[in-house]
Amino acid sequence: MNPLAPPRNFRDPLFVRRCRQLALMLLVLMPLLHYSQFEPWLLWDAQSLQALKHFLLSCVPPAHDVEFLQLLWQATWQTIAIATCGLTLAWLVAVPCSLLIADSLSLSWQDTGRMRLPARIARQCLRAVLTLLRSVPELVWALILVRIVGLGPTAGVLAIALTYSGMLGKIYAEILDASAPQASKHLLHNGVGRCATLLYANLPQALPELISYTIYRWECALRGSVVLGFVGAGGLGQRMDESLKMMAGNEVASILLVFIALVACADLLSKLLRREFAQ
Amino acid sequence: MKPQTMPPAPSPRLAPYLWLAAIIALIFSSFHSLDLAWHDLFQAQALRTTLEFLHGFAPPDIRPVHWQKIAVACLETLAMSIIGTLLAFVLAVFLAGLASGKFGSSKYTSLSRGLALFARAWLNFLRAVPELVWASLLVVMAGLGPFAGTLALAAHTGGVLGRLYSDLFENLPSACEQALEQNGAGRLQSFFYASLPLAWPAMLSYLLYRWENNVRAATVLGIVGAGGLGQMLKYHLSLFQMQSAASVLLALLLLVWLVDAISLGLRRQLAR
Repeated sequence: MNPLAPPRNFRDPLFVRRCRQLALMLLVLMPLLHYSQFEPWLLWDAQSLQALKHFLLSCVPPAHDVEFLQLLWQATWQTIAIATCGLTLAWLVAVPCSLLIADSLSLSWQDTGRMRLPARIARQCLRAVLTLLRSVPELVWALILVRIVGLGPTAGVLAIALTYSGMLGKIYAEILDASAPQASKHLLHNGVGRCATLLYANLPQALPELISYTIYRWECALRGSVVLGFVGAGGLGQRMDESLKMMAGNEVASILLVFIALVACADLLSKLLRREFAQ
Repeated sequence: MKPQTMPPAPSPRLAPYLWLAAIIALIFSSFHSLDLAWHDLFQAQALRTTLEFLHGFAPPDIRPVHWQKIAVACLETLAMSIIGTLLAFVLAVFLAGLASGKFGSSKYTSLSRGLALFARAWLNFLRAVPELVWASLLVVMAGLGPFAGTLALAAHTGGVLGRLYSDLFENLPSACEQALEQNGAGRLQSFFYASLPLAWPAMLSYLLYRWENNVRAATVLGIVGAGGLGQMLKYHLSLFQMQSAASVLLALLLLVWLVDAISLGLRRQLAR
């Protein structure tokens, strides 16, 4: 027997303190439990168990008749198309915005470390607009847009375009500013135009990161566009909403399977693309 | 001295151009296949309706009765995010422990490997389904209201955190754990007294980051009927009570910015 072995009736020396901390935490959480209507016993209620059993049983086998699969394929393509169109529009907005707000392309900033007042005000205004665009979740944008442009993919595309232009614009500007300043400083000081400075000093350093971030955001947009359908903006989400309302478990199951496969494919594709372009 | 020679030029590769062509084709076919209502969108008529619609938002409804309801909805949203994240934490530690083989026997048996694979499959499944889809499924089972939203947040975040934590556990230095086990501690004891304390700071920082995400998510979960600000927003928008909806939107923005600020402050504290 190992003489260093702890005694059999080993007790945690901090046992009392840990219990006290846990009790304190539970006390703080009590009102929160109330507000979130945390009532897990409702789940074991006979009626809800019956509903759950009914729903789960209807999930197998997943729906696989030809007609439904055709609908499913259309919805899947619509989801991909909404994400791609939305991100393309967002990119078209974000690129000029990021060039306008990037500090490293400001002449007065590069010379003196300070910026002229009008330039600073213009940048802050544009930043505020971008912040507003990305602070409203895409689902809320879609909810509002559905009331303006009507049900269908247009609302989804615009919702993604609005939210993601805010995100892309901010991050692009940050990436451009984070590139080493020496090259752009030298070029600007020696009379090279800002456009040429961008092309020959900032972009070559920042390009891999910019590409990799854009691909990542495409993946996010794909996940987002699935969800947008729940407010009537087309794609897989809308089909899922309809099937759930009809309590058609088998259709829900196959939509979920397709969705998981889609996300896995997007994951793989973005890994391949990043290996190709962003190294 | 030998004349310096330039290194040979890199051979041109075809693959990037093919990828680029595929991306451009994807973009064009996307725009082509969606029948987007552009011509409707850029007409004087559309502009007028949009302006009319936006004009309906002003001024926001600031009656005290309405603000009280908004405050309750904000609390509900916050409570959902906090309880959901904590539940997710418990779930994540449990599944991550299984997935990284910290609970099974230390020997590499087929049983422990099977358990790890099983836990990993669950983590992937939980993570792959987004919060809103979880919420719409759970509303069917747990009924309308914030409880469904809380569970939905717990499910998705449990998958995300569990994946991060299992990677953390696997990359920990094993010296402390081995020292405890050689002195007679069991697997569970060595997990709680060696692995967990080592991983704790990183775990907390992931938890904070996910909480920030979950506040954002909790604001929109209500749109499928899972409580909080989102439910209120959808309610007022579908009754075309634009002024009330406008004040809910303002509250939503304030909440998100407030949480961002708090989380930034906490992270600075942790990093210090």
